[in-house]
This record gives sequence, structure tokens and C-alpha cells, in this order.
Amino acid sequence: MNIVVCIKQVPDTTEVKINPQTGTLMRDGVPSIMNPDDKGGLEFALQLKDKYNAHVTVITMGLPQAEAILREALAMGVDRAILLTDRKLGGADTLATSNSLAGALRTLDYDLIITGRQAIDGDTAQVGPQIAEHLDIPQVSYLEHLDFDGKKTLTIRKQTEEGYQVLQMDTPCLVTVLASAVKPRYMHMRGIAAAYKKEIEVWGADKINVPEEKIGKAGSPTSVAKAFPKSIKPAGSLFEGSAEEAVNLIVSKLKEQHII
Amino acid sequence: MDITQYKDVYVFAEQRGGVVQKVAFELLGKARELADALNEKVVAVLLGKDIENKAQDLIQAGADKVLVVDNDALKNYMTEPYTQALSQIINERKPDILLLGATTIGRDLGPRVSARVTTGLTADCTKLEIGENGEFLMTRPAFGGNLMATILCKDHRPQMATVRPGVMQRLEDTSARKGEVEKVEVSFNMEKINRVKLLESVVKPKTTKDITEAPVLVSAGRGVHKEYYGHLRELADELNGEVSASRATVDAGNMDHDLQVGQTGKTVRPKLYVACGISGAIQHLAGMEESEYIIAINKDKFAPIFGVADIGIVGEVEKIVPLLTEKIRNLKK
Repeated sequence: MNIVVCIKQVPDTTEVKINPQTGTLMRDGVPSIMNPDDKGGLEFALQLKDKYNAHVTVITMGLPQAEAILREALAMGVDRAILLTDRKLGGADTLATSNSLAGALRTLDYDLIITGRQAIDGDTAQVGPQIAEHLDIPQVSYLEHLDFDGKKTLTIRKQTEEGYQVLQMDTPCLVTVLASAVKPRYMHMRGIAAAYKKEIEVWGADKINVPEEKIGKAGSPTSVAKAFPKSIKPAGSLFEGSAEEAVNLIVSKLKEQHII
Repeated sequence: MDITQYKDVYVFAEQRGGVVQKVAFELLGKARELADALNEKVVAVLLGKDIENKAQDLIQAGADKVLVVDNDALKNYMTEPYTQALSQIINERKPDILLLGATTIGRDLGPRVSARVTTGLTADCTKLEIGENGEFLMTRPAFGGNLMATILCKDHRPQMATVRPGVMQRLEDTSARKGEVEKVEVSFNMEKINRVKLLESVVKPKTTKDITEAPVLVSAGRGVHKEYYGHLRELADELNGEVSASRATVDAGNMDHDLQVGQTGKTVRPKLYVACGISGAIQHLAGMEESEYIIAINKDKFAPIFGVADIGIVGEVEKIVPLLTEKIRNLKK
């Protein structure tokens, strides 16, 4: 079984802070991480490797520094790592991104493609389903549990608002995974050492055989007209004192607001 | 693509188990406003089985026309049959704009359809408006909610957007409205549909109420250890509210995803929001800053949550919350 996991390097948006005086973004020192949903997807792939000896490839599209998350994936135990990086691929919206990744995937052998449900910097949840559409394979999104029969059938539990659905499909297919579904393994020491010996394949746009009008900015139907900081309402009062005083203050405010 | 051929504002009227979802009515309210600005019509697309009787509700909520596809293949939501039905409608009818709810279904269907018909899709819009030159402006949080971005889809149609439940408001005008209901036939490719089988659909009994409906939310963040969640529950009970959570809490597996407030969780607008040990990542603020009154309790006086709070308490949740509950309880006696 060949599994390809699509991963993305993202800024850890939970660490981003806003300067309360200016309302601007404080980007400095924000660490870059492997997107949490993607890491969950990678863990599912590695579990299939442990159990069925699946061959696991990771691919990421991004800037050259995205190599860091490929090293991390290698240290976690993947067999092959591909960095798709090229200026021609830059400025892509989700459709152009999915076209680029689908192009790369066409050149690989895959039975199962795994992506995260969504990336924490964009939160769109679009690239996985769009890749599946470009490759004309079925998809199940919001995966929270996966069973494989060892041959070609996957039984998947998908999270819904009301509960869950159990769905079945055969490979080749694509799933998008929730970070909360699984706890990713840590890199192990031997893995870290080995990861630095393994080669990361660097691919350019010429390698994926997708027409230029479908990739990068040219292949993106959507464009950003403007970006601006969010308006933040003025902060209320800040209270520092004993717990008893704090409680008295809260109670008086709740009375004022007719909540109690 | 000759974009001048594309007109009208379409809304995917999501139903689950024959119940049209609240978000569909909210989208129709917004679609009405957009269509009036463009001098176009509002068209609702209702896909399902034995659902035609719901069409009138959609007209009442703002639709001029309801397209109904009634087919066994559409009884339960499945990616492929819904994609086929919606894509065929797009190809035949050529909508200018198409809105979907940013639900589990809308976020599965939207991207698949956008790739099939080759157009742009803007996710989780918080503001939709028509610009001075008639352009469709889609504004959404970007960079994890740290910035806002206005997106255009210039040369492709339909201009697709998803909107999270609770963001738009349904029409307030309740006077009787008239509209047309049209049944539409779709030809399904069953071979593609049969690639995925639905074995079971499980509705979990709700252990908690819908947090978007609760008048009061007491919300747990990373700064509250899970052994203290009981304190939050007691306070919520005392205020006739519910307990909710930040993403860090949910990702750590300590709370159910249903209870998550924020960019990747739910958008809430309670009368009172009590943020306990929540630092206030922008992606969290995006889901709660419209609350009527916000109290934040946090040990770190530089926590960004204080920036949106009506009152900020620098202190320990574990001490303050039980005291507060007791005090409110005593006041009621």
C-alpha cells in the first residue's frame, strides 16, 4: 500500500499576538510548525505503515524552509519526502494549490492520499476535496477513525455536527483528517539522526506537468483585494486584587447588566 | 468564460434529515440584500428526498425561486451525488453568486463543486457586500483570524462563498412573500456515486446544549486544568448557561469539539461570556467578540483576551470561579 500525505508548514497562529496600542500584528518570533490536522493525518499513515507495512511519502508545497517539517516527518518515520517549491507556484489560492499538488500526485504511486482537514493559517478546508476532484477519486473529509482491511477497503468514521457517519470506500481515495482524532507520535532519537541522512527531493514546477495557467497566481480565480487589521473594541477596565474583591466586582457588574 | 451570462444569487439550502438548517435561512437574508443591490433574483437550491414541502419556508425567508431536486440519491448528504446535482445546476443555470453554509457539509461540498466547475471559493466569510462598481466583495479572517482580507473572484463564475452559521441574520420582515417552486431533474452518474457507501449515520444524544443558543457561556482555556472544569460547570448552571472551550482545550482532548468557540469552532453571541484562563488568540476572539458582555479571568495581565473584555480580572480561575458561584447562589436565596 502506498500512502501520500500532504502537509503544510504554517505559523503557529495561537502564538500570534496583536499589539494592543496599534492593533497591528506582531509576527516576530512566531514559530513555524507542521499544521496540526496534517500531523494527525501523518500519524494515521504511520499507523498503517506499522500494521500493514505501507510505504509513506510526504509532500509539501511551500517555501524552501518548509524542509523543516519534512525533516520532522522523516524523523517520525516516513519513507520519502518531497518539497515542491518554485516561484511559479507562489501566490496560489486553494484551487491553484490543489491543481499543483494533484499534478505532483499524478506522478506518484498512491492508493491512499491523506491531507489535514484544514490549515490553521487559512482555515479553508478546501485543498483536500479539490485534490480528490482533480484526480477523480472519492473523498471522505473530517475523518476521526480509520479501519483498513489490509486489501483495498477503508471503513471511516466521519465527524458530523450531530454525531458521526460510518462510510466505506476502496482505494484509490482521499481522506482529510482532524487533529483531535489521534495523538501524533514524537520523533525518536534514532529517527532524528536518520532524518538528517535521508535526502529530501526538491521538485520544481517543471516536474508536475500542469499548464502554467492552472498554477500560481495565474491559476487562482480568487485574489486578495485588500488586507487590514481587525478593528478591536476598546478594552474595559482591568482589575487586580484579591479573589473576594474580584467576585464582588463581577457580581455588581452582572447586576448592572441584569444577568442576575 | 463569458461572465455576463451569469446572474442571480443562489443559496445552497442545506437540509439534514429533512430539516432545513438555520444557516440556510441566514444566507437567504444576506442573499436578498445582495440580489437587491445587483437587481438580480434570489434562488434557493434544495436537494434531498421528499423535501419539496420545505420550499415555501425558503421563499418566506427571501427566495424568489426554489429549485428542488428530489431524488433517492440525495436522501442523505454524500459528497458525490450532491456535487453532481449542484454542478449540473450551475452549468445549466449559470449563477452569478453561490452561497453555502460553512458546515461540515458545506465545507465538503463547496470545494468539490468549485473544482468541478473551475471557479473560486472563499471560505468562512464574515462580510459579503456589493461594491461601488457592482463587484462582489467577500471579507474573511486571514492568518488564523489575525487579519481581515477582502477577496474578489474577478473572472470566474459563480463567485462562491461559505459563511459560518450565526454570522448572517435572517430577514426580519415577516410579511408574506411569494415565489416560484421549480422541480429540476438531474442525471446521476451512479458508478461514481457508488464509490462511497454510507453504512451508518449516528446522531449522538446531545449531552450538552447547542452553545450558539446559550444565553451565558463559561468558557475554559488552556489556563484551567481539567480537574477544575466542574467549577465552571457549576457557575454555568447557576447562570442558566453552558460550558464552552477554546481550541487549545479541545485539541488537548479535554473537551468535545461541539463546545469549541472560535475560528475553527463556533461563532457565539451570548448575553454573557466568561472567559476562564483563555489567553485570547485572535482565532478565539473571532468566535466570541460579538458577545454582549465579556468577563475575562486570567493570571497573565498581558493576555490579549483583556483587549475585548468589558471587565478583566487578573487572578486565578480556580479561586475566583467557586467563590463567584457561591456568591450568586447565596444571592438567589
